[in-house]
Amino acid sequence: MSVLRHSLAAIALPLFATAAAAQEVTTYELDNGMQVVVIEDHRAPVVVNMVWYRVGSADEGPGVSGVAHFLEHLLFKGTDDLEAGEFSATVAAQGGSDNAFTSTDYTAYFQRVAADRLPLMMQMEADRMEDLALTEDDIRTERDVVIEERNQRTENNASALAREQMMAAQYLNHRYGVPIIGWRHELDELELSDTVAFYETYYSPNNAILVVAGDVQPEEVLALAEEYYGPIPAEPDLPPRARAQEPPQRAERRLIFADPRVAQDYVARSYLAPERDAGAQQEAASLVYLSEILGGSSFTSVLGRALTFDTDIALYSGAGYDALSLDDTTFSLTVVPAEGVTLQEAEDALDATLAQFLKDGVDDEQLARIRTQLRAQEIYARDDVSGIARRYGSALTQGLTVEDVQAWPDILAAVTEDEIMAAARDLFDRDRAVTMWVVADRATIDGGAVTDTDPETVDDLDLEDTE
Amino acid sequence: MKHILALALSLLAAAASAQIDIQTSTSPGGIDVWLVETGDIPFVALEIRIEGGASLDREGRRGAVNLMTGLLEEGSGDMDAQTFQTAREGLAATFGYAAYDDSIALSARFLTENADEAVALFRQSLVDPTFDDAAIERVRAQVLAGLRSDAQSPNAIASETLYAAAFGDHPYGSDLSGTPESVAALTREDIVQAWRDTLVRGRVHVGAVGDIDAAALGDLVDDLLGPLPATGPDLPPDTVFDVGGGVTVVDFPTPQAVALFGQPGIERDDDDFFAAYVLNHILGGGGFESRLMTEVREKRGLTYGVGTYLVPKDHAPIILGQVASANDRIGDAIAVIRDEWARIARDGVTQEELDAAKTYITGEYPLRFDGNGPIADILVGMQTTDLTPEYVTERNSFVEAVTLEDVNRVAAELLRPDELRFVVVGQPEGLETGPLPDTAGTE
Repeated sequence: MSVLRHSLAAIALPLFATAAAAQEVTTYELDNGMQVVVIEDHRAPVVVNMVWYRVGSADEGPGVSGVAHFLEHLLFKGTDDLEAGEFSATVAAQGGSDNAFTSTDYTAYFQRVAADRLPLMMQMEADRMEDLALTEDDIRTERDVVIEERNQRTENNASALAREQMMAAQYLNHRYGVPIIGWRHELDELELSDTVAFYETYYSPNNAILVVAGDVQPEEVLALAEEYYGPIPAEPDLPPRARAQEPPQRAERRLIFADPRVAQDYVARSYLAPERDAGAQQEAASLVYLSEILGGSSFTSVLGRALTFDTDIALYSGAGYDALSLDDTTFSLTVVPAEGVTLQEAEDALDATLAQFLKDGVDDEQLARIRTQLRAQEIYARDDVSGIARRYGSALTQGLTVEDVQAWPDILAAVTEDEIMAAARDLFDRDRAVTMWVVADRATIDGGAVTDTDPETVDDLDLEDTE
Repeated sequence: MKHILALALSLLAAAASAQIDIQTSTSPGGIDVWLVETGDIPFVALEIRIEGGASLDREGRRGAVNLMTGLLEEGSGDMDAQTFQTAREGLAATFGYAAYDDSIALSARFLTENADEAVALFRQSLVDPTFDDAAIERVRAQVLAGLRSDAQSPNAIASETLYAAAFGDHPYGSDLSGTPESVAALTREDIVQAWRDTLVRGRVHVGAVGDIDAAALGDLVDDLLGPLPATGPDLPPDTVFDVGGGVTVVDFPTPQAVALFGQPGIERDDDDFFAAYVLNHILGGGGFESRLMTEVREKRGLTYGVGTYLVPKDHAPIILGQVASANDRIGDAIAVIRDEWARIARDGVTQEELDAAKTYITGEYPLRFDGNGPIADILVGMQTTDLTPEYVTERNSFVEAVTLEDVNRVAAELLRPDELRFVVVGQPEGLETGPLPDTAGTE
């Protein structure tokens, strides 16, 4: 592999380390557009080498769902220099481990090795960015593996099947409604040409971010990146990342998912929600607090108190919010009813609790505790340098910048009660919600319970009027 | 009386060297503690293991230790569950309480800035739990819900079935969560008894990493564990994994069949343990490179994952494996696994496989020591398997010392294709149940 030197390729952005982020972070950009992020942690002579591509399942075209993830598997097959399987075997022969993961917005590959083995990892990672050599045989066998992976993760798991239906209902127009692993009937039909087209378009240095974390010096990483990735030409026809967006939701969506393998019936609710955007992360920060306030602790959260401690409605309740996402994300709520409580009663109690929360506002002491915990998380997070690396990789592939990542702890710390309540009022509109009942036996809810919604509850939920 | 032993962990030859200094000492109250002191990040990771665990459930009280463990965070001293958790959250500390077959695991992670308050709160949960009725009913309902989930989980059904067949009435033969009936019948007295039986000072191991010195850690541990009883009931007797070879099918309507398989294993302190460890790595332990992954996944696409594990439980060693394939393909997957089991027992491994396995196993070891939390886990794990701190520096030489002859002798002695029992949960097609025909010589 030839070495191409760049005279002035690198722009270093040294981080002014704060108490919350002691690891030094240095960033560069190569001439071919590849971003480089180096996170120093000299506590152990270990390095994590990651390449993140700005492509995920939501960038797939119609009819080939699962191709992004399928291609991720295929990157462990051969290249012009390596036999199929030789990549992982070489990493293992160095005492290292390797793997990869695919999401809606990114595909990432990583190796964890002794720090002095970094050059070899980069050499191999650069090789498969440019010179993957797939065969029909690879496709046939690995497609079966992926189908078994779908069987394991989804088909054998009633809750996973239910979630898949819920996301499909949540996203009418955006590809987030299609499962990352792909619909089974489309997986069956994926062909070599589908994967090659995807690879040729998206696996390019100008669509990739190198994240190296551990016992390394930034200048050395830059020199290696220039040596191995520098020679790979940028893809001139990289398409803009413009996915079909969701239209405004104007009607509530409701589902009943029945599967005899459901051990415990439950209610799931999701709302379309804003995500962290470059230079505009405040509302997402407020929603992080809202999620913690409503469902973060099973003992002291609003839902936990109202549904499990003050009443015997719920065996479990929770809230979830995915702040990192390229496009509109979701805020979700779950209630698992206690013995003898119907799903309708559980859902009504959930809505009544939300309505009451909108009237009462945030408890000051709870807010202070959550603020303390979010600050402490930054301290604990430093114990896991791979986690810090994932933080940068996922942010940079989901529309954020290094500056956004570094500003996030301060933005979180500055969130006010007013901002949290404003975010809650914007969010909790049943016309923009999907509600799913997951049951073992549909017969247990027949008899009109599904449509027999208490009119008073509906009024309570018309949150536009509550203020 | 305290002595400090400092060890340098030498890493891969060419790698920058890191120092892991393990300080061992005995607290004034007589508890052995292992510490790696580092002020890099202002927090402490503390790991405590108490030997015994759920195997100390009293006759007819299966699930008591598990339910008790779940209740430790649900109220203590004059605090109810919510008051306790409110205090903990305000300190941003995390506490973990878990019951395993052979131990209770207690974990705490707390900030330097409020260490005293965090430790006092953790202490209260261990030495003065309330076990009030509301908390008991709440956690009992959670355990029962977990059992309902297990009844619908192919993996859980497979474990339950295999362990019951292999261990019968020994505590290993049943789920430590208990049964719906046994859990429903547990009283507060049962729970208090389980607490007295299992949280005992004389069976404690302590590992700590972080921003604390040995003297302070000794005092902390005495404060934390000093009030616990010195000892508890006898530990259960040793037993053997005894079920015989063959296939057991549990009918369960789901698209992908899950198979758990096992046979008798090897003790952790056996002279051949490292040879067995290397052997298992080559057979099914070594990620993408193992023989089973190569044959079942890479060559034939029969599964997403297949693996084998040495499981040297305190009272019975096992070799376990797991695979999952669609109902119409699980039979093929099992046939390949049985063939590979027989082939490696008969023909052994190659020098090339042995060399590659050693390189990986020795190279991977130092990479485990990459954070306070992981190191605390390693420290306490070493103590529960009766290792000395020197093990950290000697371990790779034990791996290096394994010869091809050792591995192949152990393969022939240890791996017994005719004693390999598969439990398949699903609706497998074309899979014969009952004892299988001998596969030796089918290659």
